[in-house]
Amino acid sequence: MKSEVKARPVSRWWGRRLGAFVFLSPGVTYLIVLLLVPLALVLSNTVFRRGRFGGVVYEFTTENFQRLVDPLYLGVVVVSLKLAALTTLVALLIGYPTAYVIAQLPRKWKTVALVAIVLPFWTNFIIRVYAWIILLSGPGVVNSLLGTHMELLYKQGTIVAGLLYSYLPLMVLPLYSAIERLDPQLREASANLGASGFTTFRKVTLPLTVPGVLTGCLFVFVPSFGNFVIPEILGGSKSIMVGNLIRDQFLKARDWPFGATLALALIAVLIVLLLLQAWAARRA
Amino acid sequence: MRRSRFLYVPFWATYVFLYLPIVVLVVMSFNSGRSAYTYEGFSLKWYGELARDERVRDGLVNTLIVAAGSTVIATVLGTLLAVGLARHSRSKLLDAIALMPAVLPDLVIAIGLLLFYGLIALTLGLYSTVLAHGLFSMSFVAAVVRTRLANADTSLEEASRDLGAGPVETFVRITLPQLAPGIIAGALLAFTLSLDEFVIAYFTIGNSEQTLPIVIYSMIRFGVTPKINALAAILLLVSFTAVIAGQRMTKIGEARAQD
Amino acid sequence: MKLVLKIDGITRRFGEVTALDNVSLEIGQGEFFALLGPSGCGKTTLLRIIAGFETPDAGTVTLDGEDLLSKQPNRRPISLMFQSYALFPHMTVAKNVAYGLEREGLPRQEVKQRVGEVLETVGLSAHAGRKPAQLSGGQRQRVALARSIVKRPRLLLLDEPLSALDKKVRADMQLELKRLQHEVGITFVVVTHDQEEAMSLADRIAVFDSGSVRQVDEPVALYERPRTPFVADFVGANNLFHGTASGLDGIKTDDFGMLAGTPLEELEAGAKALLAVRPEKLELAGESAARGLKGSVLDVSFYGGVSHISVDVPGRAKPVLVAVQGASSVEVGAKVKVRWKAEDAVIMAVDA
Repeated sequence: MKSEVKARPVSRWWGRRLGAFVFLSPGVTYLIVLLLVPLALVLSNTVFRRGRFGGVVYEFTTENFQRLVDPLYLGVVVVSLKLAALTTLVALLIGYPTAYVIAQLPRKWKTVALVAIVLPFWTNFIIRVYAWIILLSGPGVVNSLLGTHMELLYKQGTIVAGLLYSYLPLMVLPLYSAIERLDPQLREASANLGASGFTTFRKVTLPLTVPGVLTGCLFVFVPSFGNFVIPEILGGSKSIMVGNLIRDQFLKARDWPFGATLALALIAVLIVLLLLQAWAARRA
Repeated sequence: MRRSRFLYVPFWATYVFLYLPIVVLVVMSFNSGRSAYTYEGFSLKWYGELARDERVRDGLVNTLIVAAGSTVIATVLGTLLAVGLARHSRSKLLDAIALMPAVLPDLVIAIGLLLFYGLIALTLGLYSTVLAHGLFSMSFVAAVVRTRLANADTSLEEASRDLGAGPVETFVRITLPQLAPGIIAGALLAFTLSLDEFVIAYFTIGNSEQTLPIVIYSMIRFGVTPKINALAAILLLVSFTAVIAGQRMTKIGEARAQD
Repeated sequence: MKLVLKIDGITRRFGEVTALDNVSLEIGQGEFFALLGPSGCGKTTLLRIIAGFETPDAGTVTLDGEDLLSKQPNRRPISLMFQSYALFPHMTVAKNVAYGLEREGLPRQEVKQRVGEVLETVGLSAHAGRKPAQLSGGQRQRVALARSIVKRPRLLLLDEPLSALDKKVRADMQLELKRLQHEVGITFVVVTHDQEEAMSLADRIAVFDSGSVRQVDEPVALYERPRTPFVADFVGANNLFHGTASGLDGIKTDDFGMLAGTPLEELEAGAKALLAVRPEKLELAGESAARGLKGSVLDVSFYGGVSHISVDVPGRAKPVLVAVQGASSVEVGAKVKVRWKAEDAVIMAVDA
């Protein structure tokens, strides 16, 4: 008995160290090697130059950044921001009422409704984009049903529709989560104090769900902004968004440093958004 | 309290919007004509053509290999990571880094890995993609398991430690059985994520092999035929089944945890 | 007393369960009225029906003679104070209190003035700029109260107002509520499961059980003359003896023979009856005393001002509870006799 009591404090210390080591080291090592090092490479490549045959010349240069601010490329960034913002806005306008209605459903239907929102999201990304081609192309379903011959594909609107289709569930889920968590008695108290349904929404429900709104917007904006598949397939072969540019630099033009610079711009926008979200969430 | 009728318009619009393309897609896969747009009659011939397409078969095999491999990596590492973060670490930085693969745009991860593989002169192929998929899947598995850990009963683990078991032993005999449903759900999640993933695979797989999403991508660029619809319909069926199975699993896990 | 709220034949079913069964009540102007009963008895459902968050399957509710049920909840001149207070977490105390007034479209100056007055009344003027999360439980309750009364409603409904408070705060709040009600003059309807709370606060109490009203009376009457076995057992501690009615002064029991008591109403001889006698009305006598039930002392517990003595009486499953002032010198195991005066025990009919 006595010796056991003495041994435990020492083994506890080792235990804690050992525990942390055993559990964390595999995952952390993996993360360092396959995430942090690559990210560092992206960062560092921005100041190098493309070699003549497509490799990387390790000489310090700022020409990538100079190219970036060229109106040609800057314009693409702006268009990407615009389309991503539009997608996010529409997703919010459709997604909020949807999440609200789901939150009011009886429990059995709530699960069904949520799974139904998530199901399309789990299907193959490419397929979902493909479905829109079927619907919207010249000889496509929409045109055949309506008997018209509208040019619905290869427009910016098409890209927004495609992005919306892919990421709407990502807006609905965090919104639902925030709305669900609201104390229903707050709404009842507001009504009891004389507020109409709309006033209750405006003064009680909406302010209290702002964190969910911000999360949903972030979840939609980020993948929309960095997307290249949807603009390429639905928007025609022009390099219209940042994602397309990056893809081209890496797989076609083989200008990895410039591609890395473009990616850095993407990350920069992402960080700005995250900071904005954190600031806005703190104010709420 | 009366609920505004107006709200139901966007509500139903969302579901119609989400499912209409899928319905059209599936219906057209049974088209007897050549067009993917105009319906001429019912036929299963495109499914037959699909079965005969070697590229699709190879793509499917590759996809399964990548998914299986990355799921194993993701589940093992993700679970360990989750336990490590929840029970043995107080670092918020570490939490953030563990979450990064799931939050960063896939394009950024893809090009980062491309640069990295280039640096260490790794020839691209299935294994480079397995490692890549393992990365972001691990992040998701860790998140799922951590949620489960947060709801688990810590007093059981403390009791085990108090009775003299070390952290590893406690983990194997006490924590792991409790986490089992969460781990399975996480594994299912990792598998599904890998099956459908396009962007990272596209960048990291190189030129000689293709996964199914990449096959579909090239098929679409080449031209639209109902064969793609047929493939799409099958993949939809698989995904739907996997999601619903995953749902049931989480329900069972929750029900059992409440006993 | 002028009638304010008339509840007539309210029935509400949830599937197989009948939450309220043909409930009728009349509440007068300026009354402090309590709905008392165990959980699940339907009292909260009735409250929510009056507030407008539930609709009854049958029955009417009129306020000042006007039909209440046809009005939307935000149009009823009734304020509801929620058990959890339901304070808006993102608004300050002042904004919370002003919320209801703003909905009435009053000029901003008037709103500000009335908010200031009511915060003064509840003693929270210094906290006007704080958010609910920064307040204590008792303070939050006073904000909820202020928010409800600033609108000068015809009726104030309170759902378990004191249940969330610590014992000491609860005692203070009880006095506060009574004082406030007198000062402001609004009719209060309180829902509670705590009979001590109901008895100390209310002018009249309606005792609920399984969706029906068993008795409506003033606290003293409820305590001293309970009319049904449920009320006798629920309101305060009581000693109950089952038997059959036997004339004007007692009941006949199987185990103890004749027990003396006063019937509340005329009972048919031989009808099933219940005798109830309060612990403080019982007297403990020595073993050799002339009358009384024979038993031995099981337990003596001292509660400061009162001692509770449980006596095991053979033939009774539950011990008889005797309450005496101050400390008691009786010892555990002592053989005693328990007796009472006939006028201190009530006899009531037992429905089959």
